[in-house]
Amino acid sequence: MSAPTAAGFSERLLQGDRGALARMISWAENGDERFGPALDLVYNRVGRAARTGFTGPPGAGKSTLVNEVAKALRQDQQTVGILAVDPSSPFSGGALLGDRIRMEDRALDPGVFIRSMASRESRGGIAAATVDACDVMDAFGLGQILIETVGVGQAEYDVVSAADTVVVVLCPGAGDGIQAMKAGLLEVADILVVNKSDLSGADRLESDLVEALHVRFGRESSFPVPVVSVSAASGKGVSELLASMATHKAWLAERDLPALRLEKRLQRVRAALDSAVSSALWTRLGFGARARAQLEQGLAPHRIAHDLSARALASISPQDLRTS
Amino acid sequence: MSPAKEDATAKPPVTGRRIRILIGKPGLDGHDRGAKIVASALRDSGMEVVYTGLHQTPEMIAEVAVQEDVDVVGLSILSGAHMSLFPRVRSELVRRNMEHVVLTGGGIIPAEDVAALEQGGFAKLFGPGTRTEDIATWIQTEMTKRWSAEGTTR
Repeated sequence: MSAPTAAGFSERLLQGDRGALARMISWAENGDERFGPALDLVYNRVGRAARTGFTGPPGAGKSTLVNEVAKALRQDQQTVGILAVDPSSPFSGGALLGDRIRMEDRALDPGVFIRSMASRESRGGIAAATVDACDVMDAFGLGQILIETVGVGQAEYDVVSAADTVVVVLCPGAGDGIQAMKAGLLEVADILVVNKSDLSGADRLESDLVEALHVRFGRESSFPVPVVSVSAASGKGVSELLASMATHKAWLAERDLPALRLEKRLQRVRAALDSAVSSALWTRLGFGARARAQLEQGLAPHRIAHDLSARALASISPQDLRTS
Repeated sequence: MSPAKEDATAKPPVTGRRIRILIGKPGLDGHDRGAKIVASALRDSGMEVVYTGLHQTPEMIAEVAVQEDVDVVGLSILSGAHMSLFPRVRSELVRRNMEHVVLTGGGIIPAEDVAALEQGGFAKLFGPGTRTEDIATWIQTEMTKRWSAEGTTR
C-alpha cells in the first residue's frame, strides 16, 4: 500500500468521501504533516458554513440540546457537522467520548457527520484541532457546524475562536444570580439558554440572567443577547433557539463577518507561530538547556526569558525576512 | 547537561497519535456494565474510547467507526446473538472501506464460536474473567505492530 497523499485525500473530500473527512480530522488532531497541504488544497471552499458553539457546565444538557438542534436543522434540509469535545485525562491522556449516546438517532443520517474529539492538552474547552476540524467539515460542504465544548466552569471560552455564534447553556439549580454576574462565560454568550426549563428554579434563573444582561456594560458588540428557555429533552423551545441563532447570523452578516473571521484566523496564525518558534528555540536551538543552567546559577525566570528573547531577536536581521 | 535532563524541560508534545477505539453493544442485549468497565480501563491506559450506548445495529456501529476514524472496534455481547451480529458488523465495516480496523470483542461466547469468529476476521475475543489490563496490553501491542508495519502509509 502506498502512502495516502494529501492531494488524494483532498480530492476524496471534495467528492464527498466521509472516510476522507474523518481521516483529515485525525491528521489535524495528530499533527500529521499531511494536514497542512491537504487543507491548503481545499481552503478556497472554507468559510461557507455557519459555526455555532455550545458551551456550559457539565450536565447542563449540551449534547441533548445539540442533538435537538441538529434534528431541527435536518428538518429544514440543512446538512450538519457536529464536533463534540470531551475531556482527556491529565494523568493517562485517555478519554471516554460519550456525547454520541445522546445523538444516536442521527447516527445513520447521511446529512449529519458527528465527530467526538478529546480535549488532549487544551484547557480552554475545545481541542487544539477543533478549529481545523471545523475547516475540514466546512470544505466538505456541511452547512451548519455545531461545536459542543467540554463541560466548562467559569473561564474556559476558547470556543469563541471556533464559532461565529456562541450559545451558553445553563440549567437551574447551579448557583444564584451573582454567579450570573461574574466575569467570564456569560460575557462570551451571543445567546443564553436556560435548559431543563421544566425544572423548578428555571424561571428564577431566567430572570436572574435577564437582570445580569441589563446591568452589563462595556461590551463592544451590541447584539441584544436573548435568554431562551428550552427543554431539550422534550424539544420545547428549540425552534425559538433556532430563530435566535438565525437572528444572530443575520446580525453578523449586516456587520463585517469576513473581517471578524479574519481577526480570528489572525489569532490562529499567531498561536501557531508562537508554538512553532518557541518549540524550535527551546529544543533545537538549546534555549531550554540554557535556561536550566541559568536558573541553576540563581538567575530569575523573567530575567532569563528577557535575555534569551533579546538574543533570539538580535540574531534575526530584517533582510532575512524580506525574502520571497 | 545530560540530554535526559534537557528533555525534561521541553514541553510535552501537543500532538501525536493516540489509539482510538469504539466500544459497541450490538443487538438487543441490555447489559453494558462489562462494556463500561472495559471502556474505563482503556481510557485509563491512555486510549480515546468512543462509547455509543446500548442497542446499536451493525450499520450504526460501522458508520460511527467511519466518522470517528477509529483504529479498533470492540464489541460486547451477552445475549448469544454473536454469531449473527459480529459477522454483520464486520461486513458493514468492509462495505465502508474500513477493513483496516482491528476487530475484537468479548462476552459470553462458546469456545467453538470464538474459533469461528477468529477465523472470520476477528483478531481476538475475550471471555469472562479476563483482566482489563490484559485487554489494554493486547490492543497496545497489536497497534504498535500495525503502526510500525504501516509506517506513514496511513
